[in-house]
Amino acid sequence: MLVSARPPADDSLFSLLDDDGQVRPGSRVPEVSDELARKLYRGMLQVRVVDERMMRLQRQGRLGFYMLSIGEEATHFAAAALRPADWIFPSYREPGAAFWRGYSMTDYVNQLFGNAEDPVKGRQMPVHHSARWLNYVSISSPVGTQIPQAVGMAWAAKISKKDDVALVYFGEGTSSTGQFHVGMNFAGVFKAPCIFFCRNNGWAISTDQKHQTAARSFAVKALAYGFPGVRVDGNDLLAILAVMEDAVARARAGEGPTLIEAVTYRRSGHSSSDDPSVYRDPNEPKEWERRDPIDRWKRYLGTRGLYSEALEEQYRKEINDEVSDALAHAEQVAPPAVETMFDDVFAELTPELEEQKRYLLSFPRYVNPHGGS
Amino acid sequence: MPVWNIIQAVNDALRIEMRRDPRVVVLGEDVGKFGGVFRATNGLFDEFGPDRVFDTPLAEAGIIGAAIGMALYGLKPVPEIQFADFIYPAFDQIVNELAKFRYRSGGQYPAPVVIRTPYGGGIRGGHYHSQSPEAYFVHTPGLKVVIPSNPYDAKGLLLSAIRGEDPVIFMEPKRIYRAAKGEVPEGDYTVPLGQAKIVREGSQVTVLCYGAMVHTVVEAVEKVAAEGFDPEIVDLRTLLPLDSETVLASVRKTGRAVIAYEAPKTCGYGAELSALICEKALMHLEAPIARVAGFDTPFPYSLENEYMPSPDRVAKAIRDTASF
Repeated sequence: MLVSARPPADDSLFSLLDDDGQVRPGSRVPEVSDELARKLYRGMLQVRVVDERMMRLQRQGRLGFYMLSIGEEATHFAAAALRPADWIFPSYREPGAAFWRGYSMTDYVNQLFGNAEDPVKGRQMPVHHSARWLNYVSISSPVGTQIPQAVGMAWAAKISKKDDVALVYFGEGTSSTGQFHVGMNFAGVFKAPCIFFCRNNGWAISTDQKHQTAARSFAVKALAYGFPGVRVDGNDLLAILAVMEDAVARARAGEGPTLIEAVTYRRSGHSSSDDPSVYRDPNEPKEWERRDPIDRWKRYLGTRGLYSEALEEQYRKEINDEVSDALAHAEQVAPPAVETMFDDVFAELTPELEEQKRYLLSFPRYVNPHGGS
Repeated sequence: MPVWNIIQAVNDALRIEMRRDPRVVVLGEDVGKFGGVFRATNGLFDEFGPDRVFDTPLAEAGIIGAAIGMALYGLKPVPEIQFADFIYPAFDQIVNELAKFRYRSGGQYPAPVVIRTPYGGGIRGGHYHSQSPEAYFVHTPGLKVVIPSNPYDAKGLLLSAIRGEDPVIFMEPKRIYRAAKGEVPEGDYTVPLGQAKIVREGSQVTVLCYGAMVHTVVEAVEKVAAEGFDPEIVDLRTLLPLDSETVLASVRKTGRAVIAYEAPKTCGYGAELSALICEKALMHLEAPIARVAGFDTPFPYSLENEYMPSPDRVAKAIRDTASF
């Protein structure tokens, strides 16, 4: 077992693939079928293509806000080690995990547009998806709040005598919050079947990781909570799957939580509103391009005879077509009906909300003098 | 029918619902074997075991955060926050998460968590065992806020809260936890949320109150009734949703309103009641609305009796308003 065999204080970086996609000699690698290997490649490529398209759209002023995952796509597919019945508590930078579960491009784009077909009914900013039918829990902008919630869900599964596990994603900046401490501590005490997936991409907006902790690593923090922590190369999907398999096995076997620190790099800005050139050396992201997780997986596929340029082109075309179709559709869909503003505050409208709804509906629909809705 | 205090009534409601619904779990600090610092969960651990009644580490954000996760998974958690004064570490989980989960997920994820917490002054508890933070929660869309004043309501309202589908802040008036006694049916019954109760019918002035303050108001009304005044007392029982029909009907009848609450006066719940009356019943008013509230100071330890609205202060407000 990669996870439990390692003392939590070990801050070496676990990796299976080198930058050329070659399996490091002597490694025990997880079983990845040909079909799965290609599906994972398509999945990562999908996130990349979608990000590039959406960012262009944002720059054209057709989309209010966006968040990119460029260079961090492998971390999204930690979710591939789960069963569909397991739960994912995402932060705002793991759309690949939703796609992996079956979240459609149409749902994705409708959410970004906040239109009447948005699964969250236009209630949240772009990239705050929620898909209960996929056990993909609603996203919150304040960081870390999902951590104790994931622990509660995992704990609930345990006391309900089910073997479902929780996977909770967060960034290294979030490890500074009280919610991280509280969640890790509860999970340790109750041996909750929860996997803490810390996506260490080096930057929390403009704050580098050295300003988040004086500890040697983020994984080492698990030591204080009484369970294993492991550092894994976050651009090496094979290594991520290996540590995830072990963490999931531990969780299902009742052995409790695991902290995984996936070391990667945020090559783009924090969001479409960010400008990293103000605060970091532009050569730094370039350095990480060489270690791109998708390229590495592509080379790995090559070593297995599973990659061809034609296949990549086919995938790109399929994904681009899906995006184009979803965009064409989403731009035609109206904003949510005004009266839906009052739904879902409670199971039923309170008298106060009934009255406010009647009041609002007595006015003509607001027309934005600057265009848009 | 047994005569119980509020603690016994709360305890009975929890037991009834835990027997009826296997999804109900209780968590919090010292709620397990010890049965809670006020004994509200006494005996539940022995009856239902460690998978349904659990002590947590000392972290309110964790208690509420975990309760949310449990609710998402399908359980019905009833966490206890030991004192309402300790609820602030969980504020983000309550205000930004619990209250908004259903809404922000487009109705996909209801989070029916009922948070029980003792509130209020008069127990020589100083700043941190005396506060009345109800206004914060009423001001947060997505939360229901319930404050019973007696054992019968405490049991019936708590059962309604747990059986509902929405998050509820259930604030228990700890000053009268044991002092307020009354007949409580042993079996199952509910008091619906959103229905106020007329404690005393009267013609001259409406006194609006809730929780422990109901008892202060009753004492004050006994005094002024002996002097010939005839106030009507309305116990709100639920602050959100508010039974505004009962409130407004009473004020339209009496033409006068006194509002008693022990939280700091400014922006307290009484301010909302006052605004409601002005918006909907101004032309029925024959006197200015009077608010008898805590002062805009942190809750003082040694001077708590001066800080809290006393029967004398309430009585004076009733006399002044009725004679205006």
